[in-house]
Amino acid sequence: MKTENVIEADQLTKTFGGFTAVNAITFEVKKGEIFGFLGANGAGKTTAMKMLIGISKPSSGTAKVAGFDVYTQTESIKKNIGYMSQKFALYDDLTVKENITFFGGIYGLSRTKIKEKREQLVSELGLENISNKLVGSLPLGWKQKLSFSVSLLHEPKIVFLDEPTGGVDPITRRQFWEMIYKAADQGTTIFVTTHYMDEAEYCDRVSIMVEGKIEALDTPKKLKEQFKADSMSQVFLKLARNIE
Amino acid sequence: MKRFVGFIKKEFYHIFRDRRSLFILFGMPIAQILLFGFAITNEINNVDIAILDHSKDATTEEIINKISASKYFTIKQIIAREAEIETAFKKGKIKAVLNFEKDFSKNLIKDQKGIIQIITDATNPNTANSITNYINSILQNYQQSKNKDIVMEYQIIPQTRMVYNPELKSVFMFVPGVMTIILMLVSAMMTSISITREKELGTMEILLVSPLKPFQVIIGKVVPYIFLSVINATVIVLLSIFIFKTPVQGSLFLLGAESVLFIITSLALGILISTIAETQQAAMMISLMGLMLPVILLSGFIFPISSMPVPLQIISNIIPAKWFIIIIKGIMLKGVGMIYIWKETLILIGMTLFFIGLSVKKYKIRLE
Amino acid sequence: MSISLSNICKSYKKVKAVQNISFDVNPGELFGLIGPDGAGKTTIFRILTTLLIPDEGTATVAGFDVVKDYKAIRKSVGYMPGRFSLYQDLTVEENLTFFATIFRTTIEENYDLIEDIYVQIEPFKDRRAGKLSGGMKQKLALCCALIHKPKVLFLDEPTTGVDPVSRKEFWEMLKRLQKKEITILVSTPYMDEAALCDRIALIQDGEILDIDTPEAIVSKFPKTIYNLGANNMYKLIQSLQSYEHKYSVFPFGEFVHYTDKRDSFEVANLISYLEKAGLTDISVEVGQPNIEDAFMELAK
Repeated sequence: MKTENVIEADQLTKTFGGFTAVNAITFEVKKGEIFGFLGANGAGKTTAMKMLIGISKPSSGTAKVAGFDVYTQTESIKKNIGYMSQKFALYDDLTVKENITFFGGIYGLSRTKIKEKREQLVSELGLENISNKLVGSLPLGWKQKLSFSVSLLHEPKIVFLDEPTGGVDPITRRQFWEMIYKAADQGTTIFVTTHYMDEAEYCDRVSIMVEGKIEALDTPKKLKEQFKADSMSQVFLKLARNIE
Repeated sequence: MKRFVGFIKKEFYHIFRDRRSLFILFGMPIAQILLFGFAITNEINNVDIAILDHSKDATTEEIINKISASKYFTIKQIIAREAEIETAFKKGKIKAVLNFEKDFSKNLIKDQKGIIQIITDATNPNTANSITNYINSILQNYQQSKNKDIVMEYQIIPQTRMVYNPELKSVFMFVPGVMTIILMLVSAMMTSISITREKELGTMEILLVSPLKPFQVIIGKVVPYIFLSVINATVIVLLSIFIFKTPVQGSLFLLGAESVLFIITSLALGILISTIAETQQAAMMISLMGLMLPVILLSGFIFPISSMPVPLQIISNIIPAKWFIIIIKGIMLKGVGMIYIWKETLILIGMTLFFIGLSVKKYKIRLE
Repeated sequence: MSISLSNICKSYKKVKAVQNISFDVNPGELFGLIGPDGAGKTTIFRILTTLLIPDEGTATVAGFDVVKDYKAIRKSVGYMPGRFSLYQDLTVEENLTFFATIFRTTIEENYDLIEDIYVQIEPFKDRRAGKLSGGMKQKLALCCALIHKPKVLFLDEPTTGVDPVSRKEFWEMLKRLQKKEITILVSTPYMDEAALCDRIALIQDGEILDIDTPEAIVSKFPKTIYNLGANNMYKLIQSLQSYEHKYSVFPFGEFVHYTDKRDSFEVANLISYLEKAGLTDISVEVGQPNIEDAFMELAK
């Protein structure tokens, strides 16, 4: 099943003046895969992701996202991806329903489709009693789950999750990952950037960026074997120390 | 003491490293004073007017000559009948019509009263107002020159504005107002922003959990702005003296002392705002809406308090800027001494003590 | 007792932030408050640093009451709030000098205490604090909190948003500070950091779930944990969730942590159940519980 590539990056590079933020990264992500994109702060994760979602033009190299070119077809890319970050997710001063309606509208869903999706989403998340409450009044974990569901509203091929689950309690975090597994099982590709290494353990494959380059790319299991480590956290520490 | 000096040093680092606030501090006063001085002015020049002279005698001719000789007015049209007034206005060029009554000279001699109707185009009320004032002043000059010869007095229209600003230079009127605004802005807004910034950054938390006493934090925050405000006040006074040739009739020392008093009033207000506002944005909004607007609208800076509705006149009394404007107008333009402004000064001192007391009471030694 | 809380309650308007919190921290101990965002960690810190007054209960820090003797506490504790709270527009050295001055001391006076931390950021001492990397900022903030040689150090989520390398270094620094007889209360949402503390309090929704050494908390876990793997994670979780004997099912990285209601059972039965559900590559092995398992069990 996992054969079709939905992200292909080849020698993708971004420089700012004399500084190379992303240095010739090459990788591909398959349909339905949960791909972890790891790195320390400032390693170039965010810059790389911005190129992939079509809001930053690469300096050189090529990349295709959902079959579209990151140089010329950014509008098509934006229609086919979902995006969720911890910093910005939903409007706190709108209700659950209003948020869903608003984001559905942004992605051009028809009114009946929005209504259908809204009811489905509210019942799936068990939000029936609070669907008219302001999002700001919900606990963090619920916001995150809702925010992820909203990013899936327009049935994108790929969802980009930017640092999604910091600080939530362990149970909510697992419920969140169950939602991710479900989306992946239905064929949505999940691209997660994070610097929480334990998050990496949940991914099918992970890449680790250090100073603009991808220094390791494999399944968590194989990386742990390769670096003789018990956890991804140790893999990361060993990798970072080797490079220093 | 060393601790205090260290704190003030830190404040100056903040001020000099933040280009935006530096610009507000030093760019604004200069920009505002130049703006008010050159661009926004009530002065008029070469306004086109029309004359309707029913009397056509020696006096009216003399008056008309006097008006047309002034650089303020150009006589564009002579009208014969009342009915033509409206068409003259409608053509658009004419801003005012002078209508001399029939037998103007005769009436003047007989009843000591000659009537000139001044009809102005009030689509721009400020200009209309100025035109009326200018014509009045010309008429008055004429009257005075006439009255020298004759012992008998004609009716005199009191015009306070012209008494203290005989050249009708509006910039003189703006200097006190602009100075008030700037001192208010720099002192109240900048201090409230700089205190709330510490709250927003979370550094206030650390300062609270330190042996520094709250009043030390406040004084440390305020001292640099007293210093900067004094510089600003000096810049404004110098600009107005050297560029606009505003006379400073009274004592410069008194002017300086009163300015420092008003600076302290504003700082106290700034501290008060920072005890209420949690964010820099809120502090800015409260300063602008709560301080700047009343200063501009109700202090008598732009709109004379005497022509306000009574409720607003009453409200204007609680605005510190009103009293400060009265004080510096008195010192700068009238040259009065302390004897004439002690009441206003006392009111300002009282307000300052009240604000300081209130903010000390409201100041929190904890987070809630 | 270096820190002592007894039945502390605190509400904001109607929301109960913390309820009936009691614990003691011994002198020289490294004590961790472990819990997710919104658990009430910051409220506890603010009560102990005299920034908030508790609604009920009493607390002392270094022998001083947090309400009555707040001035004495403010002189003798170091506090690093959750957010990075230094002056971004001041350089590293200016920040440190400033905090030294307001505590009536100098960098030189207590240099031995901060030395091994400060040498790491000294090459950047003329750089503005706002331009430092996350790990460097934490180190600077720690130096500033230590500059007056506090008896008790409060660190509210010092490692949040910091990369793993810096996190590890940070904990190594705390271990060294502990040797200098400073009591440290630290909070973190990362369960894996719990193991680095002498004792921990697990906290959720304003209530303490358990207080003990990390080892003791893990050893109290009542069930046997099985690490299950299969070809499809989502189907595996779904199937286990509907298995009649399941006690808990939680994904843990590449495995699922599974516990059974029964005290003992045939693993083969579970495997055949999963095979019937259409799963392949099934692997089962007995695993070790960790703090996170313990937390979820207690939070249930």
